[in-house]
Amino acid sequence: MLILGIETSCDETGVALYDGERGLLGHTLYSQVAMHAEYGGVVPELASRDHVQKLLPLISEVLAQAGVTRAEIDGVAYTAGPGLIGALLVGASVGRSLAWAWGVPAIGVHHMEGHLLAPMLEENPPVFPFVALLVSGGHTMLVKVEGVGRYEILGESLDDAAGEAFDKTAKMLGLGYPGGPVLARLAESGDPEAYRFPRPMTDRPGLDFSFSGLKTFTLTTWQQSTQTEQDKANVARAFQDAVVDTLAIKCKRALEKTGLKRLVIAGGVSANKGLRERLSKMGGELGAEVYYPRPEFCTDNGAMIAYAGHLRLQAGQHEELAFTATPRWPLETLPAI
Amino acid sequence: MKLLAIETATEACSVALYLDGEVREVFRLAPREHARLVLGMADGLLAEAAVNPAQLDAVAFGRGPGAFTGVRIATSVVQGIAFATELPVVPVSTLAALAQGGCREFGWQRIATAIDARMDEVYWGAYACVDGLVQTQQEERVCPAGEVPLLEGEGWHGVGSGWNAYEDELKGRLDSAVIDSCGDCLPHAQDVARLAVAAFDRGEAVSAEKALPIYLRDQVVHRPAAK
Repeated sequence: MLILGIETSCDETGVALYDGERGLLGHTLYSQVAMHAEYGGVVPELASRDHVQKLLPLISEVLAQAGVTRAEIDGVAYTAGPGLIGALLVGASVGRSLAWAWGVPAIGVHHMEGHLLAPMLEENPPVFPFVALLVSGGHTMLVKVEGVGRYEILGESLDDAAGEAFDKTAKMLGLGYPGGPVLARLAESGDPEAYRFPRPMTDRPGLDFSFSGLKTFTLTTWQQSTQTEQDKANVARAFQDAVVDTLAIKCKRALEKTGLKRLVIAGGVSANKGLRERLSKMGGELGAEVYYPRPEFCTDNGAMIAYAGHLRLQAGQHEELAFTATPRWPLETLPAI
Repeated sequence: MKLLAIETATEACSVALYLDGEVREVFRLAPREHARLVLGMADGLLAEAAVNPAQLDAVAFGRGPGAFTGVRIATSVVQGIAFATELPVVPVSTLAALAQGGCREFGWQRIATAIDARMDEVYWGAYACVDGLVQTQQEERVCPAGEVPLLEGEGWHGVGSGWNAYEDELKGRLDSAVIDSCGDCLPHAQDVARLAVAAFDRGEAVSAEKALPIYLRDQVVHRPAAK
């Protein structure tokens, strides 16, 4: 089956074509990040307005890239949630209507399912079951994955998502928006011995996260420093080390608790170099394999939606003509295939 | 000529099928239900007429102004249909469709449309009904209800939710130019269809990629003060 995938849940318009036999045939992405940077955060109405303008040209681009004609498409997958309602509705409306006019089935995909299956697009993909750490600007959660749609949330953030903590901390340090990746680069020149920040919620059992307090701790430390560029780098380093270490400690616990030997890391923060190094080391110590999507599929993209949609459409699942967008959608409510 | 028209810019969700002069329409007052309803309505109309999407000549939509999300649903649905079938698209002003309804239903000749735009403002336009089709008399705009442009002459009728929400402001401003109004009147896809057929004949159709909303209200966020 040749599936067109559409992602418009937040500030990136992603389109891809995935074929069950030939794999990923093409993908493209337009990021609105520069537009929202001016406002210090995503403006939902502007995001929706931009998706409406960009989506069809991106679909044309991917069809041309893959050398595929419209008539060859067997199904359409679009992100149906969670995300910004107005932004989701653009992709859902276009996606469901394309499928209707083509007379092919459509499927609304859960954005986080897309992320956690993204490593399946790589060579040497993980096999079920595995533990997945979904870590992005909107989510931080540990999931036990036994199959497609068979998800058990082992733990999640009680307040800020890890990526959100990165961005907010970067903003406090005057690194602009979205400053997470800038903070991560700055951390590389920081002295790891200068400060040691707490590892939130690692002193008690459980797999939940909390990054809000760490953000405040970082601000206080920065304000009490002499505020040189090196101080800033040192603070960034201490913050990143604390986040990475906390995530690693919880991943280790999750692997031990479940007895599984495969760990999947997905979502925007999974592109963080420090995190990848730390988790690979931890995996080595535990004798566990660690899997990541390629960096461009760590952040939001159409490929993961086309892939997840392909699995579900092939299993015979599809949407009725009534389409919906679901801004809040628990991952555990998805049907198994 | 076979044309499918969609209008979802207000609390009303409607779809119409124009078939060589005859118009069939499905219309429902269904706030926030547009995404659930619109394709089923289109599918039902086409099935009843034994037409499939690829047999259409064009697709039309109410391109706004109106509720932002509603305007985008009609736009995105029509983009999808037109891209899939490579059909031309005719964007029609939701205000013109509203005026067309006043012309069709009541035979009104001079029609001032006002859709409640919240924040004490209206989406505003003025139209004349000539040979059964409305023509623009005042360029559409968004403005405070008490500051709409004055209407030339007399014998005007008001149409649209703005006439309920801001009756005092509008009537105070326009004085005796307006005889009567229908504040409960909503835009219909059948009127989008009628206006679209005429626009199509004038060569005003565009490609799916160029089928875009007109919001009128473009200041939707305040830029943070420069530091």
